[in-house]
Amino acid sequence: MKFSMSWQGAQNVRNKNTKMKQFLAFVKKEFYHVLRDKRTLLILFGMPIAQILIFGFALTNEVRNEKILIVDNAKDISSQRIISEIAASKYFQIDNSVNDPNQITRAFKKGIIRVALIFPANFNNDLMHLHKAQIQLIADASDPNVATTLTNYISAIIGAYQLNLNQTYKIPLRIIPQIRMLYNPELKGAPNFVPGVMALVLMLICVLVTAISIVKEKETGTMEILLVSPLKPILVILAKAVPYLLLSLINVATILLLSVFVLKVPVIGSILLLFAESTLFIITCLTLGIFISIKTNTQQLAMLVSLMGMLLPTVLFSGFMFPIENMPVGLQIFSNIVPSKWFYIIVKSIMIKGVGFSVIWKETLALAGIALFLFLISIKSFKIRMA
Amino acid sequence: MSEVVIKTNKLTKSFGDFIAVNEISFEVFRGEIFGFLGANGAGKTTAMRMLIGLSKPTSGSGTVAGFDVYKQTENIKKNIGYMSQKFSLYEDLTVIENISFYGGIYGLRDAEIKTKSDQLITELGLQNQAKELVGSLPLGWKQKLSFSVALLHEPKIIFLDEPTGGVDPLTRRQFWDLIYAASDKGITIFVTTHYMDEAEYCNRISIMVDGKIEALDSPQNLKKRYGVKSIDEVFYELARGAKRSE
Repeated sequence: MKFSMSWQGAQNVRNKNTKMKQFLAFVKKEFYHVLRDKRTLLILFGMPIAQILIFGFALTNEVRNEKILIVDNAKDISSQRIISEIAASKYFQIDNSVNDPNQITRAFKKGIIRVALIFPANFNNDLMHLHKAQIQLIADASDPNVATTLTNYISAIIGAYQLNLNQTYKIPLRIIPQIRMLYNPELKGAPNFVPGVMALVLMLICVLVTAISIVKEKETGTMEILLVSPLKPILVILAKAVPYLLLSLINVATILLLSVFVLKVPVIGSILLLFAESTLFIITCLTLGIFISIKTNTQQLAMLVSLMGMLLPTVLFSGFMFPIENMPVGLQIFSNIVPSKWFYIIVKSIMIKGVGFSVIWKETLALAGIALFLFLISIKSFKIRMA
Repeated sequence: MSEVVIKTNKLTKSFGDFIAVNEISFEVFRGEIFGFLGANGAGKTTAMRMLIGLSKPTSGSGTVAGFDVYKQTENIKKNIGYMSQKFSLYEDLTVIENISFYGGIYGLRDAEIKTKSDQLITELGLQNQAKELVGSLPLGWKQKLSFSVALLHEPKIIFLDEPTGGVDPLTRRQFWDLIYAASDKGITIFVTTHYMDEAEYCNRISIMVDGKIEALDSPQNLKKRYGVKSIDEVFYELARGAKRSE
């Protein structure tokens, strides 16, 4: 009895070792595929770098000769000084076409101007006697990045003027710009494109490349051979996914390094947490890729479904390019099933706001829920296909 | 009578109302070259998929290498080799890498893989191509290589699904030499084919028509029974009445 039990134990260990070896043999083969296919390599590693650089440099919101509408209700020395400073800067060109404050809204709506500055009647008086004065700054925030840049520039000019004044006066004077962001007051989807690019790149790589690599085996007939081998089907699928998980984590590292050292966007929160959440998102995407590969039979179709079905919703509904808050309610509800939406919020919270897990557990849970759901339906449809 | 390695009894597979394989019963003996013939759509592939554990039968019973086709597919898979009509090696892997991969997923030890791949490469005369990508080999060689790879884990039975599709007659002949060599070692060959001259090379053949086995015997006996000179004619006699064909 004792003997037979230990024999069985040894047998179990041997089985486990064999399974592990089978698995490793498969993973090794998968790496050969990836490393030998130049196109896959280009997508895998070229794309994240290109995207980060494109978003970082080409699509910057640098402003030159922007038309600014100024309503000067004060017409005093301070307001005139500030206006001449603005006129002197290379960023702005003063638009005198509208003088009536009531016309401002119309000018914004027509898109004639994207930024307006309004001085109150007693600007200089307030500044000199109350030591502080208010100034109103209105920006069209439907393009949040541009709006932020514009208000920052003007605030800087006003700040410089204020600094200049304070060198002559003993009691510090303060000009308080009241900034109003039109159309998109919360500036959602502002310059934080790094999280957006991360979601986009991971989604594309994990879904597209995984789906294609599995469907390819179906097309060439090697999948049959694998299914006839003693490898368990679930092991085949897992072994297909593991290399892409590793490569995607390398991509996360690349994007973060580029972001920190080239674009100077720091990671404020925990790197470890960021990688853990990225792993969860990558797994979600891999499951999605696997699901697509089970449902499709040609590489073209897999590619089409991945691009149309996954990439588009990622771009539209992750909140990265278009603020979800401004969408119709139906689309807002729909956005909840887009995994990248949750990942985008998570990465932004960790990277930009530096928050911990206690703040983002809900988003994490949503992401994990989507992953689990996709995993279950993938297994189910895989079994149906086998029968 | 020698050892039975495949045995089916009224094995059936239906998809909804359509009966793809209708109560087929046959036995295949150890070391035999068993030809599995039939027109397209006759149910050959479906029958074969049930035997290799890719598809669950609807009814009937069957054993392959002594294991049940319903419950012991894992054991069946360990004891069979399979080569499909589609070329089944990885074109972007070298000859050696392909061999190691298949050795690996069949759980062979590293030392075993090393010895066997050396042996296999020598037998096929691929010494100079061992480190080349399989994609660069001529089709005939690829096919011989995939046959040898399917035998790497020393299966009891090897299933060949139209293995010689698209190769020239000379290469086909050479391929059959490999099949004979395997059969001499006691490996059972279960082969589906479209080529009637290949059917003549088999020890016994079965001809499927509309999901049923209509004839099963040695090529000589079949020709005698139908009073014709070639298997081609036997096949024509039987398949003429088929309702299902593509």
